[in-house]
Amino acid sequence: MTKQHANWSPYDNNGGTCVAIAGADYCVIAADTRMSTGYNILTRDYSKICKLADKSLMASSGFQADVRALQKQLSARHLIYQHQHNKQMSCPAMAQLLSNTLYYKRFFPYYAFNVLGGLDTEGKGCVYTYDAVGSYERVGYSAQGSGATLITPFLDNQLKSPSPLLLPAKDAVTPLTEEEAVDLVKVVFASATERDIYTGDKLEIVILNANGIQCELMDLRKD
Amino acid sequence: MKLDTSGLESTAPLFGANTVLFDGFKDVPSFDVPKTNDFDGFQKEAIQMVKPAKGTTTLAFIFKEGVIVAADSRASMGGYISSQSVKKIIEINPYMLGTMAGGAADCQFWHRNLGIKCRLHELANKRRISVTGASKLLANILYSYRGMGLSVGTMIAGWDETGPGLYYVDSEGGRLKGTRFSVGSGSPYAYGVLDSGYRYDMSVQEAAELARRSIYHATFRDGASGGVASVYYVGPSGWKKLSGDDVGELHYNYYPVLPSTVEQEMTES
Repeated sequence: MTKQHANWSPYDNNGGTCVAIAGADYCVIAADTRMSTGYNILTRDYSKICKLADKSLMASSGFQADVRALQKQLSARHLIYQHQHNKQMSCPAMAQLLSNTLYYKRFFPYYAFNVLGGLDTEGKGCVYTYDAVGSYERVGYSAQGSGATLITPFLDNQLKSPSPLLLPAKDAVTPLTEEEAVDLVKVVFASATERDIYTGDKLEIVILNANGIQCELMDLRKD
Repeated sequence: MKLDTSGLESTAPLFGANTVLFDGFKDVPSFDVPKTNDFDGFQKEAIQMVKPAKGTTTLAFIFKEGVIVAADSRASMGGYISSQSVKKIIEINPYMLGTMAGGAADCQFWHRNLGIKCRLHELANKRRISVTGASKLLANILYSYRGMGLSVGTMIAGWDETGPGLYYVDSEGGRLKGTRFSVGSGSPYAYGVLDSGYRYDMSVQEAAELARRSIYHATFRDGASGGVASVYYVGPSGWKKLSGDDVGELHYNYYPVLPSTVEQEMTES
């Protein structure tokens, strides 16, 4: 008797691109709002950015069903944290929680590629970048998702900060002002939209600084 | 499928005694396993989709003054370089380092887990854990997950009551004691330089330079290795990072650009 059961495939790729840039006292997190499957566009207005805590925002591409499950898990864990500690979770703590949450699904991974942006306890901008099973790294800027391969080299060229591993250590903070960073994000997304079919429609930009959270929308190509 | 999650037990329980409120959450964190008949096939496919960090060069060796640990910093997914700034030397505690080769998440997570276990051992026994003990903790965990697709090739290096210690541990269950190891796709190149230059009675400076040179030559010949060559030294008073150099710039230290000699001056005739 041959294999009876149909090949079980629980995953889909809904595409999308996420970018985050950390500055000295701000953090910019951006993602497009297109959600696709194959050549079909399912919706042009789907937010990929999720507020996990006062100073932590997560943008996720990949399989949006998994992303939603992950977001729910994290916000539930954050609610419990608030009840137990009577405070908001810091961004570095949320970063490790996300890493562990992803790794607990090591044998049945969330098909989600995340960037976590926020402000650390000193008010400095921070960006954490992840793989689907939870390895993470604090960086100055990061791109994830279907347009990452187009955007990352461009960001490297524009912002190339010295590696944090270098000794003697060099200051690795992005030299951009908040306005310059927002403009750069708009440019990289406009460029990625030209060459990536999974990126487009609208760009959602969230800016996090000492004043709180500001949100901005920009139109991208819809073809 | 029943899974041994004892490796996770040392982490503090998530919630208080009343877990009824948190339906769907578990007291002890545990791994989700897909409900499929073909677990191996599923693993293979799922991991293909999500896993970076294959190529690596890491090395560690014992010498007169202690242990030197060095690594590159590149992570790649196939031909795409996904990061040039990976911390492949993981600081377990002030006296112990681990290196990372294979799956990035597997190494990172289980080293973090090992760090917790080592700290708990310290609190329970009022003394630091030996390198032998720490490496065995990790090897036993990895062995309990053998065949489930973990990919870890690590060296545990440190200084304990018996002096310098160095172990190689991998996800197939291997655990070797030794004085000289290199792990990863660039290891043949690193071994070539390391073995030819190694002496037990080196100074710290000489040993660091040998390690740096080995990593550099590995990144030069192995496409999957590159970025920054980090060198750590573990001595009686704990570890210290000695250097971190961009290998692109190191190249010009080892092969300086000589001013080209002008063979014949053009003359106006």
